[in-house]
Amino acid sequence: MIVEFRIDRRSGVPAFQQIVQQTKQALRLGVLVPGDRLPTAKSVAEVSAVNPNTTLKAYRELEREGLVEPRPGQGTFVRRTLARPSAGTDSPLYGELAAWVSRAAEAGLEREDVAALVASAMDKQYAAGPKTAATTTGSAGE
Amino acid sequence: MHAGESAIEAHALGMRYRRGWALKDCSFRLPAGRICGLVGPNGAGKTTLLSIAARVLEPTQGTLSVFGAAPGSADSGRTAFLAQDKPLFRRFTVAETLRLGRELNPGWDQRTAEDVVRAGDVPLDARIGSLSGGLRSRVALALALGKRPDLLLLDEPMADLDPVARQEVMGTLLADTAERGTTLLMSTHVLAELENVCDYLVVLSGGEVRLAGDVEELLSVHTVVTGAKEGEDLPASLAQHSLVESRVSGRQFTALIRSEGPAAGRWETDSPNLEELLIAYLRSPGAAPLITPTAQARAYDTRTVAA
Repeated sequence: MIVEFRIDRRSGVPAFQQIVQQTKQALRLGVLVPGDRLPTAKSVAEVSAVNPNTTLKAYRELEREGLVEPRPGQGTFVRRTLARPSAGTDSPLYGELAAWVSRAAEAGLEREDVAALVASAMDKQYAAGPKTAATTTGSAGE
Repeated sequence: MHAGESAIEAHALGMRYRRGWALKDCSFRLPAGRICGLVGPNGAGKTTLLSIAARVLEPTQGTLSVFGAAPGSADSGRTAFLAQDKPLFRRFTVAETLRLGRELNPGWDQRTAEDVVRAGDVPLDARIGSLSGGLRSRVALALALGKRPDLLLLDEPMADLDPVARQEVMGTLLADTAERGTTLLMSTHVLAELENVCDYLVVLSGGEVRLAGDVEELLSVHTVVTGAKEGEDLPASLAQHSLVESRVSGRQFTALIRSEGPAAGRWETDSPNLEELLIAYLRSPGAAPLITPTAQARAYDTRTVAA
């Protein structure tokens, strides 16, 4: 199994959303690449005690977004990646952000203040997007 | 898959013991292939309902059919029941217990049963009486799964398991349903156990069905509303929705409503989580019961019953 989902039962985020988010996160980070097989609903059920219908629902959502495709009798496979060269930690954008975060820390802002500012700026920019739980998502690939 | 098949249909089910009615006029439907939580306070009638479904008890009134089969028909091989007290022969070894399962059940699957036992590191030559409660639960579960049931009835299956065993046993159960499409009906009063596990719900209280239906559907028709009080009470405009429960503290009120139309107003709305929804209904015996369309006992079965 390439990835294992980490389902947080206390986060308040529905399990199917956690699976969608963690899969996307793994796609963004390049942990999952096209051709990889996602864990079966049975194995997710066994490992994380999640209702298999929940996993299948998450996979259908990912399929609707064109990220994965089911192959009958074989499982669900990654179709395309979300990794972007400009989104890595070696990109200029990351450098600017890191510099900004350190300026914020110098100005006396706490971790929560910074997170609130970033969240608010992101909400403004990506207002049309769905309600995300950026603060509660964990790392996807383990 | 089971297109629209019912695992359970209960029609006006009633059960009277000497001390009174344990179940009253219960009607609901559990579609096949679902993982259903049976929730309610102690004495709500959960065990009685499971026992009737398992054909251990005969109802005083009404009927309960399993996969369309009326009680008394010779189709009991499709159901397995794991009772709360996990009745096993204490002097038997684990291997002998599984052998008994094999002898008594035509469709027995020895490998599945042994896998469940092995996953819990239960020694096959140990006597049942020498096992801890958790290991005994595992053997009982192995017996139930070895029957390869289409409907698995579990009464408080996790009650005597530690957190690690809980996760493992639940994982085993869910993996089995993933593979075989088994319908699961399990009672619990540990509400946290239900989140992410159950996709269907039947809530009993005082012997009556308070909520029944698809979890997402039940959640989506309810809204948590928080805002400032109007005078000493809830805002008057909230009255157009049906109120399940409300609390007033200081200047603020919190209410769980079944929204009739858009619930906009000078307050904040949020969707409830499963635990909030259940607690609100269990605390408010006066709130109107809600049985969603997929959970309504179907009319054609009434005809069968009448015939």
